[in-house]
Amino acid sequence: MRRLAATTVALATCGLVLSACGTAADDDKAADKVECKPTKIEGDPKVALAYDVGGRGDQSFNDSAYAGLEKAKGEFKVESTEGEANQDEDEAAREERLRGFAEDGYNTIVGVGFAYSESVNKVAPDYPNVAFAVVDGFDPDKTVNCNVAYLTFAENEGSYLVGAAAALTSKTGKIGFVGGVNNALIQKFEAGYEAGAKAADPDVEVTSTYIEQSDPKGFGDPAGGKSAAEGLYSDGADVVFHAAGGSGAGVFDAAVEAKKWAIGVDSDQFKTASAKQRTRILTSMLKRVDVATYDFIKSVVDGKPSSSYTTFALKDDGVGYSTSGNFLSKDTIAKINEYKDSIISGDTKVPEKP
Amino acid sequence: MKRIAYSLAPPVVAVVFALAATCVVIAISGGSVGAFLSTIFSVPNDRILVNIVNQSSLLAISGFAAAIGFRMGLFNIGVEGQYIVGSCAAAFFGGSGLVPGPLNILATLVVAILAGAAYASIAGVLKVTRGVSEVISAIMLNYIALTMSGYLVQRYGVKAGYTYATNDLPPSSQPLGFAILPGANDVWALTVIAVAVAAGYWFLLARTRFGFDLRTTGASASAALASGIGVKKMVVVSMALSGGVAGLVWMPAYFGSVHRFGVPENFQAGLGFAGLAVALLGRNRVPGIILGAVLFAYLSGQSNELQRDGIAKQVVDITQGIVVLAVVVAYEIVRRRQSRAEREQVSEELAATPAAANEGEAR
Repeated sequence: MRRLAATTVALATCGLVLSACGTAADDDKAADKVECKPTKIEGDPKVALAYDVGGRGDQSFNDSAYAGLEKAKGEFKVESTEGEANQDEDEAAREERLRGFAEDGYNTIVGVGFAYSESVNKVAPDYPNVAFAVVDGFDPDKTVNCNVAYLTFAENEGSYLVGAAAALTSKTGKIGFVGGVNNALIQKFEAGYEAGAKAADPDVEVTSTYIEQSDPKGFGDPAGGKSAAEGLYSDGADVVFHAAGGSGAGVFDAAVEAKKWAIGVDSDQFKTASAKQRTRILTSMLKRVDVATYDFIKSVVDGKPSSSYTTFALKDDGVGYSTSGNFLSKDTIAKINEYKDSIISGDTKVPEKP
Repeated sequence: MKRIAYSLAPPVVAVVFALAATCVVIAISGGSVGAFLSTIFSVPNDRILVNIVNQSSLLAISGFAAAIGFRMGLFNIGVEGQYIVGSCAAAFFGGSGLVPGPLNILATLVVAILAGAAYASIAGVLKVTRGVSEVISAIMLNYIALTMSGYLVQRYGVKAGYTYATNDLPPSSQPLGFAILPGANDVWALTVIAVAVAAGYWFLLARTRFGFDLRTTGASASAALASGIGVKKMVVVSMALSGGVAGLVWMPAYFGSVHRFGVPENFQAGLGFAGLAVALLGRNRVPGIILGAVLFAYLSGQSNELQRDGIAKQVVDITQGIVVLAVVVAYEIVRRRQSRAEREQVSEELAATPAAANEGEAR
């Protein structure tokens, strides 16, 4: 009896599996050259920002996008709403968030963070009259979506400048880098930082470490950021640059305790850090997510929503460095600006991979 | 009749209590309670319905994996790590295309089960040979699983956007889903795994000697040992079984829509911990676990809508947490009341019987 039952189950499973295996869609269409017409938006722009995990209040990436939205609201007639991802949600939940916005009449939808790349790619074709944008985004397949803008940044160029600042400020000849998660995006920061440092001082020793290999927790783990930075400081580094989102707070704490320098990321972190931390933030690598968000909303207001890839580089002031603590010496700033001009003119090419 | 009322009342009370408590939290934080209730109880649109069905299947499998441990008296908090390892191994195998076509599905499922079981066995073996609490070792193993899978995918996977993932599952091995509602995503083909696991769980525990041994050991290890059950062997085997089921948790999603593995974009973490809550909520019973999974999936599915009412979607996490806590408390209250009622009934009967006997004697 038992054997019979087992056989029946096995057969039933096989049958089901076989019948279920008809065909599956083939996504790999050839990349045709598509001429895109600007997306037609009906009525006034209604903007929806979809944040990744963390959302507003991270004093970095997401807040910067919100600042861009606020600026646009101050200048144009724009309605807005926001949504935030849950920890451990699946792809379908992200898609549902975007579809919900579109069906509520939001015609300008910004996914903040590259995690929205796949879901926007899937949702955008169903809403041809909605302009989508993905900050840090990429097109995961070869089918061109005319109503999607991918807003990317030359993080390597900005990091090059703070790398030079670190090398020029360092007294020990050793500097460090703390990345949140070891992925290609954060490696862009690392690559630029190291190249900039070596350009300023060929003998400088750069040590890089990552908080997590793949777990996104690495961007929200101040304790992990602190212990990573402590390791670097105790090995002799006296300047540490972090590209670790919310974990950066821990890096700053470590800098305060070690009485050494830290470098902020994304926004001017001198302005949002605590009074103690401020004394240790040498400079910040600026990634102007606010500019990108604002520009995108403006393009919708102007009736010509941007689409395809837009890179915000040094020459567009899309990335840069801050001087708000006045910790950088005049000579250092002069030197950094030399590098800046050289990158803008194209004389210096900054690598994207370490 | 009374028995059904006793077993149904606690979860209903718990859900009502949890919703009420959530309303209080919302009111305190200045949100609109009315908007919360109307959104939570609104009929989900077709797409959300499908998502709820799909998510329920994952949560149910995870719930059964945890329940196997619970029935044995083991707290397998390692379901989380075991399903990560199972998913990672399965996706590497499935993406390699070593086995052609639909047969790849079966082979990949076997790999998922074996990988999950092997990983769980580490905690099982450590417990019986070295006396290490399975809770402690499993928590550590969860971290190791996540980090190790991340490393392996980065080392041997392919680039997918900014991150890495395993090779895509060959199209010939991708089962078509059930297109139940037009315009919505498909219900994943392998949601049937949840049904199979539910049936298997019931059969194993209620109809096999192994199941009897497992329940006996769970009720009292010393009594089980005295009656000739090899308790050590049972610990290792039931841990492996729990882990084997855990290995399957993410498989419906893998075959249904994701087709590759890579943390975090191409994976859904956290299902293992959710499964523990679902098993607690469902009292380790088949209908209970299924209803618990559906409830959790329903709350999560509706949570997206909340944000547009200006309510943080995290309040749903509060509801889910309170439900589990409340259901444990409610069952305990009911258990006490039930046993008191039984005692009273017995003492009434006893009081009645001697009286009758005395009467008999007197005559």
